Amino acid sequence: MNNDKLIIGGHEFNSRFILGSGKYSMKLIEAAVKDAGAEIITLAVRRANTKEQESILDYIPEGITLLPNTSGARNAEEAVRIARLARELGCGNFVKIEIMRDSKYLLPDNQETIKATEILANEGFVVMPYMYPDLNVARDLVNAGAASVMPLASPIGSNKGLATKEFIQILIDEIDLPIIVDAGIGRPSQACEAMEMGAAAIMANTALATAGDLPMMASAFKNAIEAGRKAYLAGLGRVLTRGASASDPLTGFLRD
Amino acid sequence: MVKINGEKLDVAGKTIAEYLATTKYDPKRIAVERNGDIVPKAQYPDTVLEDGDSVEVVSFVGGG
Repeated sequence: MNNDKLIIGGHEFNSRFILGSGKYSMKLIEAAVKDAGAEIITLAVRRANTKEQESILDYIPEGITLLPNTSGARNAEEAVRIARLARELGCGNFVKIEIMRDSKYLLPDNQETIKATEILANEGFVVMPYMYPDLNVARDLVNAGAASVMPLASPIGSNKGLATKEFIQILIDEIDLPIIVDAGIGRPSQACEAMEMGAAAIMANTALATAGDLPMMASAFKNAIEAGRKAYLAGLGRVLTRGASASDPLTGFLRD
Repeated sequence: MVKINGEKLDVAGKTIAEYLATTKYDPKRIAVERNGDIVPKAQYPDTVLEDGDSVEVVSFVGGG
């Protein structure tokens, strides 16, 4: 397991849990990162607040890779602008592309995401596009220079789990980049299941932010993700289409 | 007038560095975009805001 690295854009990570930082107190970030064992944390870019002196960066432990998202972008052009601003903020060249036209379901605009991926990959960004799981789009993202593909499991913030399971499995089977399941994972068991399927990593935010005890839930997700990864590497046992198969020796006794 | 983060301000003629000095922004924790283009930090003292400019001053916040 020690050699089992997650590689994104040439960068190696031991943790397969990408942590969101939205919707909870900055004061909980350090504990969340520690208990999640996370090495990557997502951030958003917003208009700076003149009155607020506190910066979220002060709460993120050293050595953690920052993954700014382009939330708020409605098209490729806006996503590119946000990504450039994020890089100018001086915390590396990772970017999670998030482009949404619709604020009710917050579904990613796959076509605009492909365009933004191509532009930003050409500018040297490590591009991690959030997308609706569609094999053709995933292939276009690969060709556009994406460093990973981040399909949604169910609508953002819904905690509904692997609604798109079949289609994520197709991406895992066909796409030669890390498939990182993002959005909608609400429980550790769902994260574990996605990892058993062969997902490279899990991104979660709301599942933690809305949990009763955030750091404890971060720890639960960490264990679930590690368990799922081990199960995937071990190779799951087969499922019978019908009937049963005894686990005990079939030599009879107590009868003739 | 110069539009900064959506607000019209009477700062035309000032450099970005001069404008920032009148705010509480932490220069280390912001990025500036002027008319759609990034302004690198080193250019803040030389970039003069002009009437009609549109400027965005951004920083990181929590997000997923």
